[in-house]
Amino acid sequence: MNIFVLVKRTFDTEEKIVVAGGKIQEDGAEFIINPYDEYAIEEAIQKRDALGGKVTVVTIGGEDAEKQLRTALAMGADEAVLINTEDDLDELDQYSSAYILAEYLKDKEADLILAGNVAIDGGSGQVGPRLADLLGINYVTTITSLEIEGTNVKIVRDIEGDSEVLETSLPLLVTAQQGLNEPRYPSLPGIMKAKKKPLAELELDDLNIDEDDVAVKIETVEIYLPPQKAAGRVLAGELQAQVKELVNLLHSEAKVI
Amino acid sequence: MSKKVLVLGEVREGSLRNVSFEAIAAAKQIADGGEVVGVLIGDGIASVASELVAYGADRVVTVEHPHLKAYTSDGFGQAFMAIAEQENPEAIVFGHTALGKDLSPKIASKLQSGLISDVTEIEGAGDTALFIRPIYSGKAFEKVKVKDGIVFVTIRPNNIAPLVKDESRTGSVAAISVDITNLRTIIKEVVRKSTAGVDLSEAKVVVAGGRGVKSEEGFAPLKELANVLGGAVGASRGACDADYCDYSLQIGQTGKVVTPDLYIAAGISGAIQHLAGMSNSKVIVAINKDPEANIFKVADYGIVGDLFEVIPLLIEEFKALKVNA
Repeated sequence: MNIFVLVKRTFDTEEKIVVAGGKIQEDGAEFIINPYDEYAIEEAIQKRDALGGKVTVVTIGGEDAEKQLRTALAMGADEAVLINTEDDLDELDQYSSAYILAEYLKDKEADLILAGNVAIDGGSGQVGPRLADLLGINYVTTITSLEIEGTNVKIVRDIEGDSEVLETSLPLLVTAQQGLNEPRYPSLPGIMKAKKKPLAELELDDLNIDEDDVAVKIETVEIYLPPQKAAGRVLAGELQAQVKELVNLLHSEAKVI
Repeated sequence: MSKKVLVLGEVREGSLRNVSFEAIAAAKQIADGGEVVGVLIGDGIASVASELVAYGADRVVTVEHPHLKAYTSDGFGQAFMAIAEQENPEAIVFGHTALGKDLSPKIASKLQSGLISDVTEIEGAGDTALFIRPIYSGKAFEKVKVKDGIVFVTIRPNNIAPLVKDESRTGSVAAISVDITNLRTIIKEVVRKSTAGVDLSEAKVVVAGGRGVKSEEGFAPLKELANVLGGAVGASRGACDADYCDYSLQIGQTGKVVTPDLYIAAGISGAIQHLAGMSNSKVIVAINKDPEANIFKVADYGIVGDLFEVIPLLIEEFKALKVNA
């Protein structure tokens, strides 16, 4: 099994977002592997251990993303590839990201490509399905179970709370939903081993991509924080009376009931 | 300049989803006087076409085929692309639903276009339209525009108001026939888990439980309250991790993002990751034993107390309100 995992370096889920000069401030922020990508990495490692083969983790980003790739290697991935666009591109969108990944993957003969179903920063969930389309392979999103036998694949996916059971075949791209597995923490020996595992760095030139090919289709005009909510009302008095008051407020003041 | 806009109408169990009516309203705004064309894809779905027209579509194009009975990205992709090639739209609107999220990137890839996902608000119209969408799980917002190519957006349910239904509106309904072939996915079954058929992401009322619910059985009063209010049940990560409920109910940074009219948080402390999934709800009610709980900071109304005492009382009061109404 030739397995690839798409990972993205994202803000830690605990981070407070600060906007200055129309941009999200990254100084001093903690970065992690996008949580949904961790499910993808874990699943890739489990499938390799069961069926043999190799797991390669791939990311697009700058030098800083090396840390997240090393973490994935420490979890158990075999190789890592950083497609470094720092010097070439000021901006990326889902169109350009998918294009770059497709150029990298088009001759790799991947049997299985895994990704998170969405990144918790941009939140678009597009790159996986777009990449599958560019590679001409099938995809299944938000999966919670994956069974592979030969080239036959049985999947359970989450559709807005319901579960869909389906069958398909390799080659395939899947995106991971929470519940797929329990991602492992890197072990100390894993971390030591990861330092010696191959981590290749590529630039757009190495993939024969011209900057014009990956010009963005969507442009961000402004980034801002949601308006601060005024402090709410904590009700007081006897419980029964509080409940009566609450229902009244929801009905007459907030008018949501 | 006015635009011709395609809107995908999403049919579930024979009925159009609410988000499809919201999508027509969004399409009208983007069209800026241009034509709004409803699209229906499935098997035996043409009967709802008049409803799309009543909500504002100028006409409807349908593709029906036995292979389109269940959604697959291959089948629906082929059908939608056939319509797109015939209609040459300048803009496309889908709902940001499981189906919309799965299908839209494929269509955008085939059309070599951008795609603005999960839009909650549209400013302006036509060529100068700006699209607002939450980023960092709702901790921030970005305003974006299309730089090049067609305008393709998915809209988050419950955020853009549908137009008033007008049964007197008329519009043509045309079926086109498409050969649906080479489906690479076979759907075996769909296991329904959601409460009383109300979809969490579209629910007007969400009753969510956290660790304070203490057990799987502890969710029973929450379910009853949700049923009384015609809403859906959700949960915090804490409750899911503790196995009180299925992960499909999880609301938060990992999990679903919801924006109902009323969000009732019961026994939820209000971790930043949970707030990311619900803080844009219109009205938030917090019920928690701990007066210092973080959830009270985002709540419009709070009751400090035991949810197992408060919720049964709430059920009685809401039932009484319904009877009096």
